[in-house]
Amino acid sequence: MDKKIERSFNKEAFLSKSDDEMIICRCEEVTKGEIRKAIHEGMLTIDELKKYLRTGMGLCQGRTCTKLIKNIMAEELNKPPNKLKNLTPRAPLRPIQMQIYANDDLNNFG
Amino acid sequence: MKKYDVIIVGAGVIGSAAAYNLAKKNLDVLVLEKEEIGIGGSSRNGGGVRQSARKAEELPLAIYAVNNIWPNLEKELGVNIEYHQEGNLRLGKTEAHRQILADIVAQGQAQGLELELIKRDEIKKICPYISDEVQYASYCPTDGHANPMKTTLAYYKKALELGVKFITGEEVTSVLIKEGKIAGVKTKTDSYSSQKVILAAGYESKFIADSLGIEIPMRKLLVEVLVTEPRELMFDQMIGTAGSDFYGHQSEHGSFVFGGMTGNEPYQFDQKRRVTLKRTAPSISRAILNYFPLLKDLNVIRTWSGFLDQTPDHLPIISRVEEIDNFYLACGFSGHGFGIAPAVGELIADLAAEEDPALNLSSFKYDRFHPKS
Repeated sequence: MDKKIERSFNKEAFLSKSDDEMIICRCEEVTKGEIRKAIHEGMLTIDELKKYLRTGMGLCQGRTCTKLIKNIMAEELNKPPNKLKNLTPRAPLRPIQMQIYANDDLNNFG
Repeated sequence: MKKYDVIIVGAGVIGSAAAYNLAKKNLDVLVLEKEEIGIGGSSRNGGGVRQSARKAEELPLAIYAVNNIWPNLEKELGVNIEYHQEGNLRLGKTEAHRQILADIVAQGQAQGLELELIKRDEIKKICPYISDEVQYASYCPTDGHANPMKTTLAYYKKALELGVKFITGEEVTSVLIKEGKIAGVKTKTDSYSSQKVILAAGYESKFIADSLGIEIPMRKLLVEVLVTEPRELMFDQMIGTAGSDFYGHQSEHGSFVFGGMTGNEPYQFDQKRRVTLKRTAPSISRAILNYFPLLKDLNVIRTWSGFLDQTPDHLPIISRVEEIDNFYLACGFSGHGFGIAPAVGELIADLAAEEDPALNLSSFKYDRFHPKS
């Protein structure tokens, strides 16, 4: 079961940091500052960040950025990174052309 | 213990939209959610903002949402929810398809919807990438699509700004009654106090309502979606087919998002977990290529699945409960709730605030399901 999180409006102003321009999700070109700001606005899980910013939705499916995002979340939310969830792995493991996928199950019916 | 004006169970698009609308009425609202924001059907759908091909009872909700809410929603919520109103094409190849489309068009037109049956040349003018085999389409120019994940999170974010409190990872197990009146809800670890409760927990609403002896007939149904790598914008219409073998659109980001079913899913497993099945994405791919052969080289990068909460007549339950004052239901959207969610959020908030809703909701009562004999 998911950990209980209480959420109300964050009245504190968002403070930018000197490394906010750094690209964290390379596929979707999402910066550290965008991730920090989304957390500040209430996106408190890795899946909520993904849905809000597209972090981890690109060609690599989060293989590169998941750890980096968890470290940013850990810092912003004051939690150890190993207590945070990972992105859900999605099939297919590698990108696959639609014409190939379309035949994927036809040779092994039964 | 703090007493809220309204507790909403479920932080999906319906619960979050209801919370936002109640907060606008200056009510003190708590939303309780078992998992996290928008984890269920709210973010697991094709993003259709479609009026065409809805049942006669449901169409007024869709027309209301498209006329009054969707066009201004981005400004209202302060988040780009990627709403595009470039029409819906439902495609057909055969005489049997033409008949299905003609019936859809006749019903929509009878209810005042701008909807027509068009032929190949006209279809090609709207979307040149469609297969030459496509002969007919129903075309509704005021239909469109939006990003369901961002829409749900935008409602949540705006509700937070207006003072709504959300607690996630908090599973509601029953509704509490004291001296014959709603007193709040009980969760696995705690209880919360309120004089009114709205159940907007998708399929799970069934078990929570059952704690008060209210029966909601619903079943879970798995649907799957595939997402492709991005391409330059090719077309901006929402696409469906007369044979209902796939549906979807190209997102603002450039990815195509296409959903579908093999038809065998309900019989294949116990429907407990959201899984993707080995035959479904290939089946959706074949359906897509039958209508858009040009997409054959496009890479599929991701698949995911979600559950519908389907009622026997495939219409939602948007209702106050007669037997218990101050208890409201918004569930059973049967796979087409996203497009009407902004309207439902407003209407259920009106019911809970004891104001007259803008539309007649008598077709969506919870107690309409009678035995055959």
